Amino acid sequence: MTGTLTATGKAGRRVKGGRQAFIEQLMGVGFAFPAFLLLAVITIAPLIALVVLSFTDYELGATDTAVVGLANYNKALADPVFRRALRNTFLYVALVLPGAVLLGLFVAVLVQSRTRTRWIYQVIYFLPVTSTLIAMATVWQALLHPRLGPVGATLRLLGVGEVAFLSEPSLVLPTLAVIGIWQLLGFNMVLFMAGLSAIPRDLYEAAEIDGCTGALDRFVTITLPLLGPTTMFVIVTTSITAFKVFDTVAVMTRGGPAGSSEVLLYTIYLEAFQYFHTAYGAALTVIFLLFVLVFSGAQAFVLERRVHYG
Amino acid sequence: MASVELSGISKAFGDTSVLNGIDLSIRDGEFLTLVGPSGCGKSTLIRIIAGLEAQDQGSVALGGTPVDGLRPHERRVAMVFQSYALYPHMTVRENIGLPLVLSRLRLWERVPVLRLLSRRRRRIMPEVDQEVEATARQLHIEELLDRRPAQLSGGQRQRVALGRAMVRKPRAFLMDEPLSNLDAKLRVHMRSELAELHKRLGATFVYVTHDQVEAMTMSDRIAMMDAGRILQLGTPSELYERPANVKVASFIGSPAINFLPGRVVDGGAVELFGHLLPTTVDLPAGSPLGIGVRPEAISLTGPDPSPASFAVSATLLRKENLGPEFILHLAVGDARIPVVARIAAGPTLPEVDERVGLMISRTGCHLFGPDGNRIEARPVDSAPLRSVRAFPVGERVSQ
Repeated sequence: MTGTLTATGKAGRRVKGGRQAFIEQLMGVGFAFPAFLLLAVITIAPLIALVVLSFTDYELGATDTAVVGLANYNKALADPVFRRALRNTFLYVALVLPGAVLLGLFVAVLVQSRTRTRWIYQVIYFLPVTSTLIAMATVWQALLHPRLGPVGATLRLLGVGEVAFLSEPSLVLPTLAVIGIWQLLGFNMVLFMAGLSAIPRDLYEAAEIDGCTGALDRFVTITLPLLGPTTMFVIVTTSITAFKVFDTVAVMTRGGPAGSSEVLLYTIYLEAFQYFHTAYGAALTVIFLLFVLVFSGAQAFVLERRVHYG
Repeated sequence: MASVELSGISKAFGDTSVLNGIDLSIRDGEFLTLVGPSGCGKSTLIRIIAGLEAQDQGSVALGGTPVDGLRPHERRVAMVFQSYALYPHMTVRENIGLPLVLSRLRLWERVPVLRLLSRRRRRIMPEVDQEVEATARQLHIEELLDRRPAQLSGGQRQRVALGRAMVRKPRAFLMDEPLSNLDAKLRVHMRSELAELHKRLGATFVYVTHDQVEAMTMSDRIAMMDAGRILQLGTPSELYERPANVKVASFIGSPAINFLPGRVVDGGAVELFGHLLPTTVDLPAGSPLGIGVRPEAISLTGPDPSPASFAVSATLLRKENLGPEFILHLAVGDARIPVVARIAAGPTLPEVDERVGLMISRTGCHLFGPDGNRIEARPVDSAPLRSVRAFPVGERVSQ
């Protein structure tokens, strides 16, 4: 390797211009190649395979396969199960997003104002982020069990009666959303706290002298606008995470009752790995990826363009 | 506009005492500078005046009325911060207008979207705009009104910060090292602009700096602070010409004052480099004295020494050319005591390592006792020049 480099160096000095430029280009490509290979094998190739699959009628274990064009996509658009899953997913995102962002901000402001006990609260709120959601889903299932769980017992004590959180179609998505918020809260809080500590103390003092009196006034005038970039980031990451909800559904409800908690990823999972409609699953995955792409695009665009203070 | 009265202000952070019983009376319309080394408590003091920090003891009065219990904005003072503390998400117009908006509009009238419902806001905002524009005109920043702070240079930000302070017509301007973040050239320029602004507004300015040049050039009076106390309060000339303390003497003036080893001899006379100064002090013979000599009180001896001075021998170590004048670094006598002199440029300047005679003006000598405080020397009327010994210096003097 060293020998090659030295030889290249000498050659470069002897022959100016074209040849040296070519060698430099070659070296550049050489250095980038391992990373490119990794990206190609891990991301790009499977993605191409996925898109190709989505235009066929392949089923797992089938011996012959035909290209069917957009048939899978047409089927998806007309499929009531898929449309229900899409609706459920968006409903779930609509519940989790404001909850996880606003509560995250609220908790961050409260925890930030602590000095000595701050780390205790940070650890407590961050615990759900570090724990395995599948294990935690089981715990939630036990907590929410209408007859055996402590939540049910408390509600009975209050005279509300028995509430079947996970088997009542109108309650199951909100319940899953609460668990989703619980899981995301700590992460969002940490992001917001990073944003909060980046606001110079001088600004609060200047605002105090300028007549910004109450905590709410200070929050509206200084904190909230200066958290703009952080808030955008939190909103986008939260939407993507919420859009990808799967674990809790798979463990706690299996899409039930009667499909009322069936979300996009769970439908894909069922189609591809339970019913072995591999090609149809691939088409749904492509649609799913398009949505994620929109969210990521929004993130890239919004974060680069607006809400950026030098 | 109002006077600022501080009486008995003390403040400690934990076990560290920062201010020890500060009494200071700042006149209405005065430009008073708090100057001192880092950690002397000057910033804490100005923050106490602003109400950002609460004093442990003592009282702050503005215009004769105590303001101790009042919140910062109720004291109606304005503050300019070293970092300028401009709101990065607001335009210059909004930055300058914020104090007015905050005092004239209710909270809900300032919340985005909701504020569109307020009819009062529609009436008030044009007035605010007018006042902001008038202020911007005074500072020559009209064309910057729609930019954000990130798009401004340091000097422009400084002006915006001043504008935000001026717009509400405060009773006093508090400035905490406002020029420290500017480059040297701009600082010189802003210095004269600030002094000019003070004259034009006729307002009370309380100015904190660690830069003695800023203090000397702009202030009506200077309060020199150290370790939570005011060492000396006076006009720039008083501090320069009659420093009350070794610390004041060495802090004020550039290049710094020279401290030479003097001594009290019999009858309270003061001896320096083998010469007697035309003064007497009330100290026992043999007491050591610090004798402060400004670099400009030293000159090179001509062939005929003036009777008001005395000459010692020195070696030139280094000279710095400042154009109209030279700063000479010299070693005096065999003891090679370092001395800095400021000499007008001329053709007869000595070369490095050359031996020269130095004349020290007798009236340019400040005496400081062992405790560091100034000793008021009694001039000896028409004292005849008594040369104890000419050269060499550094030996015991006998009369």
